[in-house]
Amino acid sequence: MSEHDPATEMPADESAEADEPTGPEPELLHGCIVAESLGQTVVHPTREQFLDLMKALADDGYAMIVDLCGVDYLDHMSRPLPDGVERERFEVVVNMLDITHRRRIRVRVQVPEAEPTVASLCDLHPGAEAYEREAYDMFGIVFDDHPDLTRILMPEDWIGHPLRKDYDAGRIPVQFKGAHA
Amino acid sequence: MTAPTDVNVERTTAGEQEMKSRSETTARELMRELGAVLRMSEAEAAQLGDLPDDPDEDQTMILNMGPQHPSTHGVLRLMLELQGETVLRCKPIIGYLHTGMEKTGEQLTYMQGGTNVTRMDYLSPFNNELAFSMATEQLLGIADDIPERAVWMRMLLSELNRMSSHLLFMATNGMDLGAVSMMIYGWREREEVLRFFQKVTGLRMNHNFIRPGGLAADLPPGWRDDVLRLLDIIPERLEEYDILMTGQPIWRERLQGVGVITPDEAIALGASGPILRSTGVAWDLRRDLPYLRYDEMDFDVIVGSYGDAYDRYAIRLNEIRESMKIVRQILDRMPEGDYRIQDKKVTPPPRARIDESMEALIHHFKIFTEGFKVPEGEVYVGIESPRGEIGCYIASDGSSTPYRMHMRAPSFANIQCLPHMMRGGLVADAVAVISSVDPVLGDVDR
Repeated sequence: MSEHDPATEMPADESAEADEPTGPEPELLHGCIVAESLGQTVVHPTREQFLDLMKALADDGYAMIVDLCGVDYLDHMSRPLPDGVERERFEVVVNMLDITHRRRIRVRVQVPEAEPTVASLCDLHPGAEAYEREAYDMFGIVFDDHPDLTRILMPEDWIGHPLRKDYDAGRIPVQFKGAHA
Repeated sequence: MTAPTDVNVERTTAGEQEMKSRSETTARELMRELGAVLRMSEAEAAQLGDLPDDPDEDQTMILNMGPQHPSTHGVLRLMLELQGETVLRCKPIIGYLHTGMEKTGEQLTYMQGGTNVTRMDYLSPFNNELAFSMATEQLLGIADDIPERAVWMRMLLSELNRMSSHLLFMATNGMDLGAVSMMIYGWREREEVLRFFQKVTGLRMNHNFIRPGGLAADLPPGWRDDVLRLLDIIPERLEEYDILMTGQPIWRERLQGVGVITPDEAIALGASGPILRSTGVAWDLRRDLPYLRYDEMDFDVIVGSYGDAYDRYAIRLNEIRESMKIVRQILDRMPEGDYRIQDKKVTPPPRARIDESMEALIHHFKIFTEGFKVPEGEVYVGIESPRGEIGCYIASDGSSTPYRMHMRAPSFANIQCLPHMMRGGLVADAVAVISSVDPVLGDVDR
């Protein structure tokens, strides 16, 4: 992971840490909290910041979407997160690649259970299309403005979202499509 | 085509996932399927206009290709909108091979995880295991402590795996395009490599040999001679391929200018591996974000210039040669030493110790039943598989099973290129295009 140009890091003007009295000032990238995870750069935008951050990252050279996946933290809400990041049940994790500068960056956006929607990246990165359908299929995370948000791996009439933690792996009878009861 | 009235046909439809006829498609979706979301140059946009942009619906027909078709490389289903022989739109429909391997991965310990991931991209099992193992090692904090011999063995197996995978591509690509003898030759050479794998790991595929902490066993006696024999026979066989295919006018006619994709399109769609390199983008994780000891290796990144199916064929053919170059260097530099880390936390005690020590027996039992605990955290590791970037994202909650294990499957991303490669081509070329993307459906659906 390479260092970020300090010039691109904007000051903390409107972020949520204004009322935080103690602790060092969190590092910011385009107004979003940046942390390190085992040497890899991770940005934690809010849902509102997400699309703007992805646009800014694309301008910074992160042109290629490598991966997008959902995570359901239902059983592990106490996961380590930098100060100022609000914990939610779901996370959408996006891995971006900058081919020119040979660097990676990861974006983790928190998605609440009550309203599991997040902006779609399809217009920005057409390659996100299948990944977002997969995350919708597996976690029920809705991507706003996705052109074709249908199940991609599971059958269309499948009930539930299999990778959610409250979806038991062992107790669901096999659903045969169109089989008579 | 008219809507199927037969009730049996209706039962086999995938409903919403299917491609809809033009009259039912919104303008936005149509634009997306026609590639308008991609940043196209004006020339490309003009080319798009050459196609009959709004054909009457009774002149077009939506046809299913697959899910069972010899040249779809597995259970891939393509819905093609055709006007005569011309493909106007294409929508891949996947999921027929989905077995919930990421969910399974959450039930298996890190020790067992290799048996799961190795079955995803079953043509490059070592690369899957390597990505999974490297991610686990990073979480454990032992990534820098892996013994030298283990690192070099991993590289050796990974490169031989690249060769076997590309050799199979040669075979299937040949078969798809009517060079049937090529199919026999490709399988024959691949089998030579698999025979070596069998000697090393005991299995031809699905090895579970690269494990967190190192490898399952050391190389068997005589491995060097076997590898040398491979390096001896394969180059002249590749020469035969050149004679059989590369220079042949029919082969060239069939592939050149077919399934063209531009660098911008490839990057926007997240394509990697030979597809990205065929457009002239010299991007190879082995060179650009090196892992293992690839930074010490001398090899060339093969790039194409036209982004067509012929370039992708030529790239894979020459990558076999480059892999052999790397294997030669590995043979020269393979160090002696341990093949797995001597960290009692992740490595079971040696067999001999179990006979004499109760603690060793208990330890052995615990490692294989409970597994080892991995510290909290999350990590993404991406490496270069024969098909592109294979990545492993693991989120750990501190227990002995991954809290979430996601594989970034190269074929899953690459298959998104199909509609863009096929647009405006012929149905016969569609076969060449699928073949040149070289998807592994186990990897797509997981």
